[in-house]
Amino acid sequence: MSEHDEMDGQGDASGEALARTPLTALHESLGARMAPFAGWLMPVQYPSGILREHAAAREGAALFDVSHMCQVILRPRSGKLEDAALALERIAPISVAGLAPDRQRYGLFTAPNGGILDDFMVANRGDHLFLVVNAARRDHDLAHLRAHLSDDCEIEALTDRALIALQGPRAEAAASALGASVASMKFMDVAETALAGVPCLVSRSGYTGEDGFEISIPADRAEGVAEALLEQAGVAPSGLGARDSLRLEAGLCLYGSDIDETTTPAEAGLGWAIQKIRRTGGAREGGFPGAARILAELENGPSRLRIGLRPEGRAPMRPPTAIFDSEDAAEPVGQVVSGAFGPTLGGPMAMAYAPTALAAPGTRLFGEVRGKRLPALVADLPFVPHRYKR
Amino acid sequence: MTKYTEDHEWLDLDGDIVTVGITEHAAEQLGDIVFIELPEVGDVVASGAEVVTIESVKAASDIAAPLDGEIVEINAKIVETPGLVNEDPSGEGWFFKVKIEDVGALAEFMDEDEYKAMID
Repeated sequence: MSEHDEMDGQGDASGEALARTPLTALHESLGARMAPFAGWLMPVQYPSGILREHAAAREGAALFDVSHMCQVILRPRSGKLEDAALALERIAPISVAGLAPDRQRYGLFTAPNGGILDDFMVANRGDHLFLVVNAARRDHDLAHLRAHLSDDCEIEALTDRALIALQGPRAEAAASALGASVASMKFMDVAETALAGVPCLVSRSGYTGEDGFEISIPADRAEGVAEALLEQAGVAPSGLGARDSLRLEAGLCLYGSDIDETTTPAEAGLGWAIQKIRRTGGAREGGFPGAARILAELENGPSRLRIGLRPEGRAPMRPPTAIFDSEDAAEPVGQVVSGAFGPTLGGPMAMAYAPTALAAPGTRLFGEVRGKRLPALVADLPFVPHRYKR
Repeated sequence: MTKYTEDHEWLDLDGDIVTVGITEHAAEQLGDIVFIELPEVGDVVASGAEVVTIESVKAASDIAAPLDGEIVEINAKIVETPGLVNEDPSGEGWFFKVKIEDVGALAEFMDEDEYKAMID
């Protein structure tokens, strides 16, 4: 038996020791299968398996350790938050200055060619900004922030905090059992609140399409909070395997797979993340790397788009499956960037890039899997509807 | 008589027919199986040829024919319900039956004790 395509194989081959999160011992005690991911030793799945963990997030609540992600504080040297916000806007095409206190939004760092350097979350914390960036882009992003923002901000990467995500229809009941005030939070609200007596920074957000919370906890108290959540009804520990199938069903991008320096925000369907005020004609139009191309594509449309694909058969189309517009076309029109079996969907699903003319839902394309051209229909994203608490 | 391959297949000989499946250890390593493509009855296969494709929630894998022979039966149930392989890999989750010419060729594979020693 030979494996070709292991999702948990993204470890670094540098020989450096893998970083452990404040919850690694807990994962091991729960029988997790651990694997390298972006330099960290992370749980891929627990003994119940990925399908059950996935179902927990859709029907109960799934608890993920996402402490590998990098938490960053940007503190304005002037003491005025707006200065930090406007500094961040120089490298990200989003409205940071328009972000209300205790609110969070999705953002992108862009490159001069219009490509995407990383995606992140940013929260307005009153006297500072709080960012969460991808683990695999940690060093890049910190260097990027220091190169462009040091004159205006103190930049601090937090190394003494865990980050967990509690996702699913029972997340509110489970979290509010530990700290009642979280129940009144809405999607993308951020609040400092105690859970099980531990001061936490909580946001109502996630990466599964479900309602839920992302919770930043002092490292030395994280295990207690995680254990208290796991004691609540319907909460199951869940690993990176389920996290990937959940985010793909939700049509959410994974940096390095679906978006990178070769994809632009418009191509990736992320135009919604660029507020009107930063677009052509807006009060703070442009002024970020790649603005000329990015704004032109938002106005006129890009030449290719990220699409959803539903293979007609049962075979998953995994990256980098080549996509063709007919059974006998000589040249591919695009390729799959993420693909897997969707447990809630009950069948295979993929995301791919395809020419705009072939991107309309219902268009029949073909993916070449093991030498065979298999039909797949372009589908609306997300594959499974979002259920955020707005 | 059950034999085991280094690729975590089990081989059950009955006359000149060998039933092939994957071991519990392999099923556990693969994780939840969501797609299986089997060979067709009548296919003549050579030892080492990839005859089965398995997709689990995390990876795609191939199963090689352990011996030269002709496929005489396949387990269509696992195509409909791939999870059967996780539930009962050494029983209901069998893959295919192959009719072999050289029954003696089975001698080269591991017995249960040797297989257990390999995966420990």
